[in-house]
Amino acid sequence: WVPVVGLEIHAQISSNSKLFSGSQVQFAAPPNSLVSFFDASLPGTLPVLNRRCVEAAVMTGLALNCRINKKSLFDRKHYFYADLPAGYQITQQRVPIAVNGSLSYSLCIDNKMSQMVTKTVRIKQIQLEQDSGKSLHDDIRSQTLVDLNRAGVGLMEVVMEPDMCCGEEAAAAVRELQLILQALGSSQAVMAEGQLRVDANVSVHHPGEPYGVRTEVKNINSLRFLAKAVDYEIQRQIEELENGGTILNETRAFDSKLGCTVPMRDKEGKQDYRFMPEPNLPPLILYDAKSLPANMSHQQVVNIDWIHERLPDLPSVKRAKLVEQYGILPEHSFTLLNEDGLTEFFENVVKQTQMKPRKVIGWILNDLLSYLKQHSLTVKESPVSSFLLADLLNLLEKKEISAAAAKQVLAELWKGEGKTPLEIVKEKKLELIQDQKELEQICQVVIDGHENEVMAIKAGNRKVLNKLIGLVQRETHGRSNPVLVKQLLEKKLSE
Amino acid sequence: RAAAELLAHLERLALVDFRDAEGVERLQKAIQFADRLQEVNTDGVEPMDSVLEDRCLYLREDNVTEGNCTKELLKNAREKVEEYFVAPPGNIPLPKLDEQETFLQGS
Repeated sequence: WVPVVGLEIHAQISSNSKLFSGSQVQFAAPPNSLVSFFDASLPGTLPVLNRRCVEAAVMTGLALNCRINKKSLFDRKHYFYADLPAGYQITQQRVPIAVNGSLSYSLCIDNKMSQMVTKTVRIKQIQLEQDSGKSLHDDIRSQTLVDLNRAGVGLMEVVMEPDMCCGEEAAAAVRELQLILQALGSSQAVMAEGQLRVDANVSVHHPGEPYGVRTEVKNINSLRFLAKAVDYEIQRQIEELENGGTILNETRAFDSKLGCTVPMRDKEGKQDYRFMPEPNLPPLILYDAKSLPANMSHQQVVNIDWIHERLPDLPSVKRAKLVEQYGILPEHSFTLLNEDGLTEFFENVVKQTQMKPRKVIGWILNDLLSYLKQHSLTVKESPVSSFLLADLLNLLEKKEISAAAAKQVLAELWKGEGKTPLEIVKEKKLELIQDQKELEQICQVVIDGHENEVMAIKAGNRKVLNKLIGLVQRETHGRSNPVLVKQLLEKKLSE
Repeated sequence: RAAAELLAHLERLALVDFRDAEGVERLQKAIQFADRLQEVNTDGVEPMDSVLEDRCLYLREDNVTEGNCTKELLKNAREKVEEYFVAPPGNIPLPKLDEQETFLQGS
């Protein structure tokens, strides 16, 4: 069975005001307080396009390698629903603002960060369209409460071709899109606040045969649920077909509690949206350096080249720069970018310590990040600041403490009691023994007390040396430098 | 007739009601009147969506200039609950018709 997954992603544009009106865009506000007469679809009102929304769509199109259509058109998509007061949505069905792009994303094979593959998904198009209001269903009183604050907010619909084959790929592609949108600032793309909504189109077929009937899965509220929903739907379709059933071309909702998809009520067969051109809006014309009109006000001109020149570094570029600048591995750069604020934290530590970035990254990804994850904290909420961590790593780098001791100090620092690493080291007596004679004496004691091991080493079994090193460490309560201890032991054993 | 099916379909989609035979006839006459457009040879001519097609699409600056008129908007509402508009639960499906029936025959 070959599963086929395509995605339709709606990203709310990050702007002050709405797509076609001057009312404010804001997440939580008193119901119907951010609604203009146009948003409420009162007669006599007309749409006026927001320049910022156009720029956001152009930026996103360029970042996704699309061809920007210098002339794009607006259409009306008709359907009846209480949160769509006009009875139609203004969208771009015939000629959208951007087409034919691509998005590259990476996956770990076998859940190991060390092996990553790069995949690409084609972007069919990006179109500008209006968001609808919000419906709150009150089943008890058999009514729906409608809040139009969201009605008319600008959306970019990004359509991804069915190039994906499972939940993991879908989630990875959306994650990368999220990072790109956030880097551009065109959308804050926070799924939990409804700024990024994903619908999945899923079908299965046998290799060599034509594509199967697809279903649309909605009501997916997080990346984790996206992967689950897609994988469940693939399984459901396979089972249905293997039992001799058929797949209906329907819309299904993902039930996160049950972890399955269910048919959606209120969808009567195939909708007929009766698309027609939006008569109140002329074509949207965009310009580039060559086609700039001579006698037009700057404010009325959107210059694609001007926007292109000012695109910020995309995540893929940022990762490559991190790898080049700090000598870390590509998979490290992925983790750095994946956690909000982690890159900044890492770079701040590197700035404040002599330890090589390649060593610092281990402390960031293994110690810091795992602790944060265990306690469900964000980087910003970390009780250990980059300053404190750099301080600690400096002690390690100057060989004033061992790596084992450093981990102990870090465990103390997590408590956030305001002590400095040096204070903790002194308190717990974790300093490395600097007196070589003292160390030599301890090594001698260990050698003298373990004849069998000494004989094994002299007979050629080098691994037993580690046991002796361990014993010295124990004697010194972790206060000996293992490298130095190894040297001393080897010297003594060769005498 | 295929035309009757199309009319019934349009009535459901647009929630209009052609009411009776006279209404349908008036509709037919209107379509015939518009059909005269077919007499014009439009080979190689781009269809026009709007008489505004040569105008510039005006771009507005991204400033907040409207909103904050909850009271005024709710004046239009027959029912409201704490500043929410009230609507029936979901879409009320149109009554199911047998294949032979249409609304037209009901008049």
